[in-house]
Amino acid sequence: MDRVDKMDNIPAIKLSGLKKRYGTGDAAVDALKGVDMTIWPGEVVGLVGPSGSGKSTLLKCLGAVIEPTAGRMELAGDVIYEDGWKIPDLRALRRDRIGFVFQAPYLIPFLDVTDNVALLPMLAGQDNASARKRALELLTALDVQHRAGAQISQLSGGEQQRVAIARSLANHAPIILADEPTAPLDSERALTVVRILNDLAREYRTAIIVVTHDEKIIPTFKRIYHIRDGKTHEEAGEGRSI
Amino acid sequence: MINLASRDVLHGWGKFLFTGVGLGLLIGATLTMGGVFRGMVDDGQVLIDNSGADLWVVQQGTLGPYAEPSSLRDDVWRGIAGIEGVAETGNAAYLTIQMAHNGKDTRVMIVGIEVDRPNRPGAPPYLIAGRPILQGHYEAIADERAGLKLGERVKIRRHDYTVVGLTRRMVSSSGDPMIFVPLKDAQEIQFLKDNDALVNERARTAANPAFNRPGVPGLLEAAQASATQARSVNTVLVRLTPGTDPATVANEIQRWKRLTAYTRAQMEDILIAKLIATSAKQIGMFLVILAVVTAAIVAFIIYTMTLAKVREIAVLKLIGAKNRIIAGMILQQSLALGIIGFLVGRIAAGLWGPAFPKYVLLLPGDAVAGFAIVLTICALASSVAIRAALAIDPAEAIGG
Repeated sequence: MDRVDKMDNIPAIKLSGLKKRYGTGDAAVDALKGVDMTIWPGEVVGLVGPSGSGKSTLLKCLGAVIEPTAGRMELAGDVIYEDGWKIPDLRALRRDRIGFVFQAPYLIPFLDVTDNVALLPMLAGQDNASARKRALELLTALDVQHRAGAQISQLSGGEQQRVAIARSLANHAPIILADEPTAPLDSERALTVVRILNDLAREYRTAIIVVTHDEKIIPTFKRIYHIRDGKTHEEAGEGRSI
Repeated sequence: MINLASRDVLHGWGKFLFTGVGLGLLIGATLTMGGVFRGMVDDGQVLIDNSGADLWVVQQGTLGPYAEPSSLRDDVWRGIAGIEGVAETGNAAYLTIQMAHNGKDTRVMIVGIEVDRPNRPGAPPYLIAGRPILQGHYEAIADERAGLKLGERVKIRRHDYTVVGLTRRMVSSSGDPMIFVPLKDAQEIQFLKDNDALVNERARTAANPAFNRPGVPGLLEAAQASATQARSVNTVLVRLTPGTDPATVANEIQRWKRLTAYTRAQMEDILIAKLIATSAKQIGMFLVILAVVTAAIVAFIIYTMTLAKVREIAVLKLIGAKNRIIAGMILQQSLALGIIGFLVGRIAAGLWGPAFPKYVLLLPGDAVAGFAIVLTICALASSVAIRAALAIDPAEAIGG
């Protein structure tokens, strides 16, 4: 608990003046024009904005998939980017410290449920037995343990999304980036997914950023970042209980 | 670590297997082409081996008797038999003909051998049924691929022959089955003209003032009689006493008898290096083309399979899978496809090989080399897909 308390004093994500420019010269487009953002461990924060506002670019920067052009980015207290400097192994950073949940679950269709979740710890070097044990723990936490041996094609959309969430947590990532995780789901299932994300954030002290257009779930966030024309501004959400 | 390649293959095993079978049929065709070439070489080799000779004595300056026509008088053996180191000689005549049998034409090589005693050079070294030729005329020993049965009578040119023995793998350098007959019969088949031709030839000779001189009685009859005699053979096969150097005897024959003599090594060179050189190049070209086509097909299949997994590969890269894991998955699948293809191809070649009209020889060494080549081709072909996979942007997993 001591570690958790310490960690709670350090922002899970801290962005300062983050900029991203695509192209050069006359063709240059500034997708992010100095984003500031602080997200604490255990928080579930909404990121909303119209198409073309820079949501995807911000998510890709946060996910260490693309490199910002300027600014500073810290994950769990570690600087991973600052004005042109970046940590060398972004792939390991993604594997060990960032969980991803996508609009579609994007599970690996040729692996069963357990191995989809266990793959991440295995990639990090864990042996098969302990990786599968961890996967079963997460599947139990997400109430899909009964489908542990099933093929992905045998799962419903909601079950697939839970498995995807389990995968994002498999390496104890302090940050989860969820890109429209409820888009393909009906209201009931969408709210269930949000409840699960909130429970996991609380239980594992994980910071979760949910990119969404979904009007059903926006009222559930306590904090919302609006992004427009490459700039964010924060506002308090309703924090409606589910 | 989970083996991603095997999981992916097992997930869509039917499609993968069918693809492997299709590739296997192509590999089978390639192996068969190699087998056809080996069969041609082996046909030449067995022709040399089964003749039981150490030297082939032929008309001076020819590559006879198999690669070029050669004609010798059938008594030259007497002079050859007297040379030191010669153990035995045998006249032989070779003629490839189209023989009518059971309502269809069969191409066979007629071999005339001396039948006065067994195991003369040129005689078939073993029989699988029946007995050797014992009579001086109208008996035959046939290779089993000629389709003749023991005791069957078969018409060759003007006479009927009784099949008294059957043998195996006695074929010409072209793979045509051999039919052994007594030398005199073979000479007649090869050199003697038909009756109409003889009548015409006699009239022509009689009209020639050089042969029909009023002051030289008996000249015309002598000239006409010579036209009805068949006293030529194609080669004299020579067996040497143990320890004799074939080259030395060959030199002696060439020097003193004004004939050409080939050693076994020289005859192998004629039959294998010269006679089938063009065919070998033809088959070699075809094998190269098939190898290139195989590589292109494997590359295309693996590339298509990889492109079908763009999203999965993007996710794998996004969640931190190293390049070598992704490359390994593609390489292993390519190799697995090659292994399935090779197994199917080898089995297919083994099944359809015997149905080919010519001998198809599938050597284990060739199979091993073929397997290594297939795996190399698959590994190289996978590089295209690996390059494509490594170029996939992990951002594709996050909404493009």
